[in-house]
Amino acid sequence: MCGIVGIYLKNNSLESSLGSLLAEMLVNMSSRGPDSAGFAIYKEEDEEKYKYSICINNNNFNDFKEKTEKYFKNSELKKNSDHVILKSSKKPFEVLKILREDFKNVSLVGYGKSIEIFKQVGNPSQVVEKFNLKNFTGTHAIGHTRMATESAITTNGSHPYSTGEDECLVHNGSLSNHNNLRRNLKKNGVNFNSENDTEVAAGYISNHLSKKKSLKDTLNDGLKDLDGFYTFITGTRKGFAVLRDEIACKPAVIAETNEYVAIASEFQAMAHLPKVNSAKIFEPEPGVVYSWGD
Amino acid sequence: MYLDLKKLKLRNINDKLQNLDRKQNQRNFTIINPEGNHAICAGLNEEINVTIKGHVGYYCAGMNKKANITIEGNVGTGVAENMMSGKVHVKGNASQSAGATAHGGLLIIDGDASSRCGISMKGIDIIVKGSVGHMSGFMSQSGNLIVCGDAGEALGDSLYETNIYIKGKVKSLGADCIEKKMDKKHIKKLKKFLKDADIKNLKAESFKRYGSARKLYNFKVDNISNY
Repeated sequence: MCGIVGIYLKNNSLESSLGSLLAEMLVNMSSRGPDSAGFAIYKEEDEEKYKYSICINNNNFNDFKEKTEKYFKNSELKKNSDHVILKSSKKPFEVLKILREDFKNVSLVGYGKSIEIFKQVGNPSQVVEKFNLKNFTGTHAIGHTRMATESAITTNGSHPYSTGEDECLVHNGSLSNHNNLRRNLKKNGVNFNSENDTEVAAGYISNHLSKKKSLKDTLNDGLKDLDGFYTFITGTRKGFAVLRDEIACKPAVIAETNEYVAIASEFQAMAHLPKVNSAKIFEPEPGVVYSWGD
Repeated sequence: MYLDLKKLKLRNINDKLQNLDRKQNQRNFTIINPEGNHAICAGLNEEINVTIKGHVGYYCAGMNKKANITIEGNVGTGVAENMMSGKVHVKGNASQSAGATAHGGLLIIDGDASSRCGISMKGIDIIVKGSVGHMSGFMSQSGNLIVCGDAGEALGDSLYETNIYIKGKVKSLGADCIEKKMDKKHIKKLKKFLKDADIKNLKAESFKRYGSARKLYNFKVDNISNY
């Protein structure tokens, strides 16, 4: 199973309540995914600095802070439960290398100028509470509630997956050709942190986007290369897209108003959204890319 | 009688509707605030009228017997699945597998129905005023599927003895599904269906009929009375 949710705001009228809207969507999808939950939220802040979302696992925050001060001069650190957002003007290439080599006991879950990612094992209502999702603001957000099938119930096995700057992906379904794709993508320099099939799809998307392909073209290529069952929601700094495989076994419903586009596995995840009863409600067609923004 | 899903639990509402006190002779119910909940009005078994005001989740009106259920909104997967008799009227769109495996009764969908509408249907009559998605009528065994719009890929794949009537375009036919001649008896039957669904602007003669080529299963004409 698994539940996926996403919301993309068309103007700034709901930006201050984005977190609370997404929180309820996630909690409403607990029945589809009670193992773990996660969310990515996009918020434009500082043009100069990158935000690195890091899960520090069981490490002591103060020890981690001391260590980061040595490695990252003039950085800021914001703690949120067992995750931290490290703000630094250092480029991702350098930071990723340092984290990989010298911070082996923490996990980078995402990075970019806009994105922040939080994910953890546990019931969605606990995860939402733990990270205080209700207080987040932003422009668009994507979330996932997981019922594990392909790999273990761990933080690294939770969604969203982010394998590129300001990119993320959530997935309901399972891919059948992920091992082969992973091998090919590794040859192209894409790094993976888990055995999870969705991470491979995220890597596939990042790899395409890095070649300056548009999100829409990338997903259209994905229809040919990704074999399996899926409903994907993917986000970039300015963009938001949905894709279902051509058999379309995995559900999805979209509600669109003048203020927002929301998508969820089931309508009940969206029943609380403002003006949802007058929204245009439809199911995305199989094998058709729906995208908003960039 | 108003039943509010924000105040009452789904199980209480279904339990009440399934076990009515006949002495009270209540026949009309309205459910408010459905908010996409699953299995609303599943397993009803009396001649009552229920109106649901809003969008519902999966398996709404599943296993229905005798009841007349109207949904003023969209429905999720498997509306009226395994219905035995009665009527279910969806005023919005329906998700996948509408009327799946249903043995009888009438399902009317004012909007579109997505993939696998009428999958494995066994005697239900389904009237869709909009279009249906891919693999509709898959392995359908008996009953009538009437679509006023278009049909997606692989219509009627591996079907048995269901009659499918389509007004618009058919993207492709599934295995063993072929176009068949519209005889007078078919037109007469279809006219009645269109009348029942209050469809006045479409002529029965303008529909095309599809059915089984009977090459995939061991059909023997001697057994026709069993279908």
